[in-house]
Amino acid sequence: MMNTYDWQQTLFFFAVLLLLVKPVGTFMAKVYQGERTFLSPFLGPCENLLYRICGVNKDEEMGWQRYAGSMLLFNLMGFAALFAILLLQHLLPLNPQGLQAFSWQLALNTAISFITNTNWQAYSGETAASYFTQMAGITVHNFVSAATGMAIVIALIRGFTRRKTSLIGNFWVDMSRGTLYILLPLALVAALVLVSQGVIQNFSPYRTVPLVQATSYDKAQLDVTGKPRLDVTGKPLTDKIIVNEVSVPMGPVASQEAIKELGTNGGGFFNANSAHPYENPTPLSHLLEILLILLIPAGLTYTFGIMVGNTRQGWTLLAVMLLLFVVSFVVLQWAETSGTPQLTQLGIMGGNMEGKEVRFGLAGTSLFEVATTGTSCGAVAAMHDSLTPIGGLVPLSLILLGEIVFGGVGSGLYTMLAFAIIAVFVSGLMIGRTPEYLGKKIEVREMWVSIITILSAGIVVLILSGIAMITPSAVSSMANPGAHGLSEALYAFASMANNNGSAFAGLNANVNFYNILGSLAMLIGRYVPAVAILAMAGSLAGKKYVPPSLGTLPTDKAPFALWLTLVILIVGALTFFPALALGPIVEHLTMLGGN
Amino acid sequence: MKEIKSALLMLILFTVICGGIYPAVVTGLAHVIFPRQTRGSFVTDTAGKVVGSALIGQPFSEPKYLWPRPSATTDFGYNPLASGGSNAGPTNPAYLKTVDERLQGLRTAGVTGPVAADLVQASASGLDPHISPQAASHQVGRIALERGLSEETVTHVIAAHTEDRQFGFIGAPRVNVLAINLELNTIKP
Repeated sequence: MMNTYDWQQTLFFFAVLLLLVKPVGTFMAKVYQGERTFLSPFLGPCENLLYRICGVNKDEEMGWQRYAGSMLLFNLMGFAALFAILLLQHLLPLNPQGLQAFSWQLALNTAISFITNTNWQAYSGETAASYFTQMAGITVHNFVSAATGMAIVIALIRGFTRRKTSLIGNFWVDMSRGTLYILLPLALVAALVLVSQGVIQNFSPYRTVPLVQATSYDKAQLDVTGKPRLDVTGKPLTDKIIVNEVSVPMGPVASQEAIKELGTNGGGFFNANSAHPYENPTPLSHLLEILLILLIPAGLTYTFGIMVGNTRQGWTLLAVMLLLFVVSFVVLQWAETSGTPQLTQLGIMGGNMEGKEVRFGLAGTSLFEVATTGTSCGAVAAMHDSLTPIGGLVPLSLILLGEIVFGGVGSGLYTMLAFAIIAVFVSGLMIGRTPEYLGKKIEVREMWVSIITILSAGIVVLILSGIAMITPSAVSSMANPGAHGLSEALYAFASMANNNGSAFAGLNANVNFYNILGSLAMLIGRYVPAVAILAMAGSLAGKKYVPPSLGTLPTDKAPFALWLTLVILIVGALTFFPALALGPIVEHLTMLGGN
Repeated sequence: MKEIKSALLMLILFTVICGGIYPAVVTGLAHVIFPRQTRGSFVTDTAGKVVGSALIGQPFSEPKYLWPRPSATTDFGYNPLASGGSNAGPTNPAYLKTVDERLQGLRTAGVTGPVAADLVQASASGLDPHISPQAASHQVGRIALERGLSEETVTHVIAAHTEDRQFGFIGAPRVNVLAINLELNTIKP
């Protein structure tokens, strides 16, 4: 299943990630607490200038309603700007290929997708999005949607640490600091390393390149109405087209690639996303991209530990994430190296390589796919639609669990904290004591918020996938027959409602059904938990501190980590097992049965 | 009202910073430090004419060439304007039939024994510039015969364009198809 090199690569990766948790987490804690960092001499004046222009008083803190209002207002304006850019793309600069405007349905879906940190893409970058759209539209939201998620979790952490106040911080300050001090410097360095490996970064028109050996294809003849012309026997008429040269897409890829992974956004510059050789050219760029995906979510657990005054609280959550990550990786790697019996018996060796790239190796590919779906990233280095049934079950399950296995930047940790509150509450019921977490009493309001945070996406997924099954246009979008088709629709709504953005991409998602209902799923999946979490931050900040007593469950020890893992798995299984049984599990059984 | 003004100005400034200054700085630095990679890692012949990119695969089907992986890009294989995979599900009967047909094609071309999966299964990007060393070794006999070269020569050319795992342990060993075919053409067209 794994050779020596695969083990070395995997262990090396985890060693690097875990070594970076403390420095990155400490740095982020300093940034959000307004302390001086090594970047302050340069960025401090820029930050202050920004506030002066925007009329923001950085010392003025907000209550949760105003914090949430500012967040929603900023996101709404971002939506309007991106929607306008997509609709007016053909009139805007930096469009050397003369690409046309998006349809309003596709623009709606795409704009919502990027403001919500989802990056679901029902378009192909190389033939649909101009360089201006990619930079001034998409790259910008890759930064600010990530900074928004981080700001929300920081506000929640402040709720835990403060006593008898209604103030949870200033949204503008948190969002600006996250972007300026954390995301921009890391993205800049990462982008240059990616270029060194071969990721392109230019504004040239697409380059025409001659083929060493010409190729050809049959192009269907169309009549004036755009329908295929048929001959007398009813077969479509075709013209043979000889291809001597091809057009190679260009663009400012590296700058977007870096923040796409770092901000757990995941929207590819090109259709093939991180499988494209210009987005991810070497094994090193591949490992770096996985590291970027996990870096901030992992570091935030340490930031959390510092801010609540006990870093073991953060390590405990990190341990739960790591455990779920390793289990997922092992299952995916086992499934893909095993391949399918249908191909093995034909004499094909080397595991399942459909929809995968040679350079990453199977172990590297599995690592990427677990990282991208355990977080809200959704970039792909392999086509999830072509994974083996159990292989495909892994990313789907990671998304459905709410993307807490390291999780999206900010959103992963606040969802994990909601699970922790539920775990504390359930254990409190079992031992008959008032539940407390981090010195705050967990009461009705906190339970409501946690349940809303955890279940809102799941409810949306199940209802909308159900509607898809009885909607002809949704069913005809499926690319594969049988149980796999159900998996495609289920995966689509799971991905959108949990703001992931990856796909079982055979599904033709650029139809009104998926564009419009998907937009709804992305909005609910992002903003309902976000506002609920901010409400909880406000209510927690207003509570007094309850010192731990003999009856308090210690939440910084191994037993709690195991208990939390169980709670996560039980909630996930109870919610989604029926749907998963009808999709990937049925497909696995029919595959073994030889059908 | 004050909040609306702040939100609007924040959006404008961050659009300038993240969507203008940041990509411009990356572009500037990249062009100075890594000029070749920045532009697309293009390969030129001895006359300086671009003949392809080291990172973007090309379609080869004639028996004298090393064949790349199947590509599922639209219109024709290795169409750089249509990157992407087949998205075929693992139990889709039409897909299993396609793989079987590719396998029979290799058998007809003289490949015996177990076949490397990457040579019959389409890549994720549809532009994968590499095949595995096993997939290359399946083809040595055919290329040598077609070009009238010794198998040693062909094996030698393939070995010269085989990359090991990066730093000895990251990723997988791989063979650059375009580089080999270009060199084979210079040795004996």
